[in-house]
Amino acid sequence: MEYRLRIPIPESDVRKLKIGDIVYVTGTMVTARDQAHRRALALHKEGKPIPIDLRGGVVFHCGPVVKKKDGGWEIVAAGPTTSTRMELFQAEFIEAFRPSIIVGKGGMGPRTAEAMKKFGAVYCDFTGGAAVLAAKAVESVRGVEWFELGIPEAMWILEVKDFGPLLVTIDSHGNSHHANVAKIVEENRPKIYSMLGITSK
Amino acid sequence: MVDAKLVEDLAVDLLRLAAIELPSDVKGALEKARGQESSDIAKANLDAILENIRLAESMKRPVCQDTGLIVFFLNVGHDFGSVKGVPEAIAKGTKRATEEIPLRPNAVHPITRKNSGDNTGAYVPILNWSYVEGDYLEITAFPKGGGSENMTFFSMVKPGEGIAGIKKFVIDSVISSGGQPCPPTIIGVGVGGTADLAMKLAKKCLLRPIGQRHSDPEIAKLEEELLKAINSTGIGPMGLGGNITSLDVHVDYAHCHTASLPVAVNTQCWAARRATARIYKDGSVEILSHRR
Repeated sequence: MEYRLRIPIPESDVRKLKIGDIVYVTGTMVTARDQAHRRALALHKEGKPIPIDLRGGVVFHCGPVVKKKDGGWEIVAAGPTTSTRMELFQAEFIEAFRPSIIVGKGGMGPRTAEAMKKFGAVYCDFTGGAAVLAAKAVESVRGVEWFELGIPEAMWILEVKDFGPLLVTIDSHGNSHHANVAKIVEENRPKIYSMLGITSK
Repeated sequence: MVDAKLVEDLAVDLLRLAAIELPSDVKGALEKARGQESSDIAKANLDAILENIRLAESMKRPVCQDTGLIVFFLNVGHDFGSVKGVPEAIAKGTKRATEEIPLRPNAVHPITRKNSGDNTGAYVPILNWSYVEGDYLEITAFPKGGGSENMTFFSMVKPGEGIAGIKKFVIDSVISSGGQPCPPTIIGVGVGGTADLAMKLAKKCLLRPIGQRHSDPEIAKLEEELLKAINSTGIGPMGLGGNITSLDVHVDYAHCHTASLPVAVNTQCWAARRATARIYKDGSVEILSHRR
């Protein structure tokens, strides 16, 4: 199935999404990598707010290439970064801020998948490295927060139009496309070992 | 003595070429991979990659937002003359390239994580020097992405395990990487030497064009066997399942201590960026990696 969704995305819409679905999103989206996740959770722990309400929002694991333009910013290239690094924070982050969609590449682990099931969120893959393609969907930069973390790690607030195709690879029903691929790879492992003449355990 | 401004300008040009336009062997291999995939997801991901490559070239933008930690390989010809001032010129070129192309500033202090803002810092840009016959200075810009560099593995395999031990370590490394290094990847394998040399060989292998085999037939055979095995895992483009997990495997070796068998694996993403040029003694410049 293919869906075009507007941010913020209500939980009822997120719950409809299944692994293998294609999604395009329109609205205000934020980037967050390791440092932004860490800071957001630290603020939450102190009972302080973060700069933007992420309820129903889209969080993009991305550190863009940016250029200063007319007193603002232009996004030059903005593909996803490896999401597994955010596994350290994602479950708590979802519980604290309740975003609807996490976008990245490479998949995430069981703790994130569990949080997604519990709180109603999905993880989507955008083709890694396809940075110019991704940047084309960014209509404007609404702002940047935590700039002192450096350009890649700052939180960029982006207005996007039909950002996608995003492939749902972890849904809110406990299914993970990544886990399914990993299972196939494990099944292939003994065959590969014998191909290579590896006899050890 | 080499003209420092010439080196600085060339460093900017090479970083621009590398960031924006992939070498033709990489593009050809990705197109071939598209033809070898059968699942919709694998095909869609390779289509996005190929479309992105075309867009980057036409819009003159970096092909990937991770424009890498800045690495150069320098081959100094014995008859070239002094290379005094070259490191400073390359650092200046790196700062300019960051501003002008632009590149993403990626160099941070390892403990404080403070970003230097200009892609330079302690030991960065990283310069790898070699000495060769000739009257030229050959410079390769090799910006290295973080996602693929994170998929680096090293093991002191037991010599008693032999070649099966090497193969197992490589295949286990690739399987544990899964989709994280942006497959289809190129796998560099360094065997032998000391730990640091094995790692250096693994990285240097990644400079070799796709499809070019090692001159030693035994090593060439190992490369082909490993490639076939890796492409039987089912990891596929972006780790989302498929037939092509790696575009090539390059292996190089050094003699090692009789007690040791070091094996290093360094991974390169599909955006396998490199650009090479020579500065000759007479001051002329020749771009080798890209047709101009």
